[in-house]
Amino acid sequence: MTSGSIRTGRIEPNQHRTPPGRWAGIRRAGAVSLALALALCSGLAQANPEPGQLNLTRGVTTWSEVPYFLNNVVLGVCVVIGILVFGAMFIAMFRFRKSRGAVPEKWSHNTMVEVIWTTIPVLILVALAWLATGGLVSFADTTGSQMTIKVTGYQWKWRYDYVDYLGKPISKVGYMSKLDALSDKTRQLHSGLDPYAVTTDGYNTYLINVDKPLVLPIHTKIRFVITSDDVIHSWWVPQFGWKMDAIPGIVNTAWTNINETGTYRGQCAELCGQDHGFMPIVVKAVSQEDFAKWLADQQQASAPAPAAASSAAAPASAQTAAAPAKAGNG
Amino acid sequence: MAHEATHDHHDDHHHHAPQGFFQRWVMSTNHKDIGTLYLVFSLLMFFIGGSFAMVIRAELFKPGLDLVQPYFFNQMTTMHALVMIFGAIMPAFVGLGNWMIPLMIGAPDMALPRMNNLSFWILPFAFTLMLSTLFMAGGGPAGGWTMYPPLSLQSDSLAYVVFAIHLMGISSIMGAINIIATILNMRAPGMDLLKMPVFVWSWLITAFLLIAVMPVLAGAVTMLLTDKYFGTSFFNPGGGGDPVLYQHVFWFFGHPEVYIMILPAFGIISEIIPTFARKPIFGYRAMVYAIASIAFLSFIVWAHHMFAVGLPLGADIFFMYATMLIAVPTGVKVFNWVATMWGGSMTFETPMLFAIAFVILFTIGGFSGLMLAMVPADFQYHDTYFVVAHFHYVLVTGAAFAIMGATYFWLPKWTGHMYSEFWGKVHFWCSVVFVNVLFFPQHFLGLAGMPRRIPDYNVAFANFNMISSIGGFLFGASQLIFLGVVVHCAFFAKKKATDRVWEGAKGLEWTVPSPAPHHTFEVPPVVRDEELAHGHTDD
Repeated sequence: MTSGSIRTGRIEPNQHRTPPGRWAGIRRAGAVSLALALALCSGLAQANPEPGQLNLTRGVTTWSEVPYFLNNVVLGVCVVIGILVFGAMFIAMFRFRKSRGAVPEKWSHNTMVEVIWTTIPVLILVALAWLATGGLVSFADTTGSQMTIKVTGYQWKWRYDYVDYLGKPISKVGYMSKLDALSDKTRQLHSGLDPYAVTTDGYNTYLINVDKPLVLPIHTKIRFVITSDDVIHSWWVPQFGWKMDAIPGIVNTAWTNINETGTYRGQCAELCGQDHGFMPIVVKAVSQEDFAKWLADQQQASAPAPAAASSAAAPASAQTAAAPAKAGNG
Repeated sequence: MAHEATHDHHDDHHHHAPQGFFQRWVMSTNHKDIGTLYLVFSLLMFFIGGSFAMVIRAELFKPGLDLVQPYFFNQMTTMHALVMIFGAIMPAFVGLGNWMIPLMIGAPDMALPRMNNLSFWILPFAFTLMLSTLFMAGGGPAGGWTMYPPLSLQSDSLAYVVFAIHLMGISSIMGAINIIATILNMRAPGMDLLKMPVFVWSWLITAFLLIAVMPVLAGAVTMLLTDKYFGTSFFNPGGGGDPVLYQHVFWFFGHPEVYIMILPAFGIISEIIPTFARKPIFGYRAMVYAIASIAFLSFIVWAHHMFAVGLPLGADIFFMYATMLIAVPTGVKVFNWVATMWGGSMTFETPMLFAIAFVILFTIGGFSGLMLAMVPADFQYHDTYFVVAHFHYVLVTGAAFAIMGATYFWLPKWTGHMYSEFWGKVHFWCSVVFVNVLFFPQHFLGLAGMPRRIPDYNVAFANFNMISSIGGFLFGASQLIFLGVVVHCAFFAKKKATDRVWEGAKGLEWTVPSPAPHHTFEVPPVVRDEELAHGHTDD
């Protein structure tokens, strides 16, 4: 993607206080300048949902701007059409009231206006379709990735397996990631615990925190292969701009290329049973150097006890491997 | 020929309703009584489904689980949808069709009166079966109304729900056959197809949709049943099946289904607006063609519910384009309603207020629909509260508002009395304000990242959820006013309705006395073009 290089290195810290573009999409220009102003500050992007957030997040990846931009454009188009149509309705309701002595007219047909208001929407739709198609084609292109992560959904947790990094296969780095203990205790019915008291680094992380986050390097095209061990789940980090279903027997693919270090939080987005609301996703994006160090540590930790590590990985692949795998999106 | 045969047959009948309660209501073959049964049933289901919604909104009032276990919450979301879709909206439209189609086309009754009775009386049994699962050990269905496998196969109540859905499907198909047979065979002489009221047209097209897709749903849920109990593997990857296949089959039913719930509403609005604008409907033929093209397009857009399942790029693009196309005929309808108002002489009785609210709020639901059609943006919107807001705008302020408007519009014809205009307006204003307090903030919740079908949420979503819940409770309470107005009009109102009821009312249904006698049009009426709501059809 070409827009990636432009956005590389821009940092949007403190998003929790001033989300760029929190008003409707027609103010995209304002949002861009706001983001640039904030880029002067530095710090980790702590991408939680914001209290009172009104619009989509802009996201932190090379692709995440596509849905954000499209959302703003199509929202703007809808607002303009809405003002015209509802405006005409309200004028009609005031001008053509019986109480004002309006006499009903007899006409019930006008070919010219009917052709006009059929054609203009078609033209608007063609423009929108053109914009959307470009974004879609770039999303479908998972080629040239430098890293592969296998994501497996379980009722009700996620498993992450590191498959390869910079052309080298990784073995025995993989782990389960589930709701953190404090959120889990607080969310029990009649727990008496206050959801507002569940915080991490000063931000409320009730139900959006995990015991072990997925650690990813920035400025790396990462390919995800996503599947499930039981029912359908959906892996969604809003800051990445997409969600992808995790389906048993099927391996879906998607990619991301994160621009900024930070912690990005999401949730399972496909109803998967009683604890569907309690299987969050947390991605910790670190610099490539930090990632290389972290990966080496993980490999070392798993090396002395290969038997234990492989038995932990076994259930992940047992059922899915038996089924014919079908790759989506190439 | 058909007219004569029916006419002779009806000469033997009494001109008054049968006396006994059981005989009149349970054994009825009269389209008006069966229409009333459908409408009363759907009102009951509306309140049952609404009470499930109240549980949902109460649990979501603030962060933290305070009232119910997550599994019960999932039963509530699932049952709320099933009851509202199959119990409230669809039977209400069938009831309105039963009551009004024969009156509008000058037919003495429905074409197949005994089947009409059967298609209604299946429903109470179907819903008793489905609702009874809530009291069983394993609880009701909790996998969402879409019943995606493998999750839905984990439910103990699957067999009950599948059988209930089969019954509902049989009822719908019989109702649809009856409506098609009535419209095609029983029109009064001179009531050409392109002179029929738009409501009749909308039901004719809807009935074809029903016949086309209800068997598809029956097939999909039957495969679920055999997967769970008979060892098949249609949707089980372990046996060579594919969970995504279910979604394709389900949504091939499901998308026409959402138009089944909105096309008759389009018809109702196209009757109400010309009446209170005192001006013929603008572009009658365009309105009919728009309904037909929406119906056709509904068959080729199903996978837009599945953009996140990992469709191939080509499929994403095809379904996106096809979905966006629907905006064109839908736009034509909205523009034509506005053009009908333009140059009219409007008054704002309760039915007109609901119709105007429908046009505005349904259009807002259409806008969010267009946004959802854009696949890259849908990757963010999908399965969030943005979708919840979208379909409640088209189904509550769309379908349900049209049904309420239709009730106020035709209630004087049904009961012979005028409802209380004051309380009708109170009901309208409460509903229209609170429904927006209820659903508009859900757009923001979805955009901020709140998934749907979750019983608890991060505190960042707390403000809008509380606003939404308050709107929900007040909207629910407002519907008690509706109940009060209808009961008052049916049993206690003093003010007699005239035959014409509304000054600008046109069409055959307004030529019969109010209340409409038990048997009408035993002699086919004479159809005069100037008496039709859409004026002369030389456009």
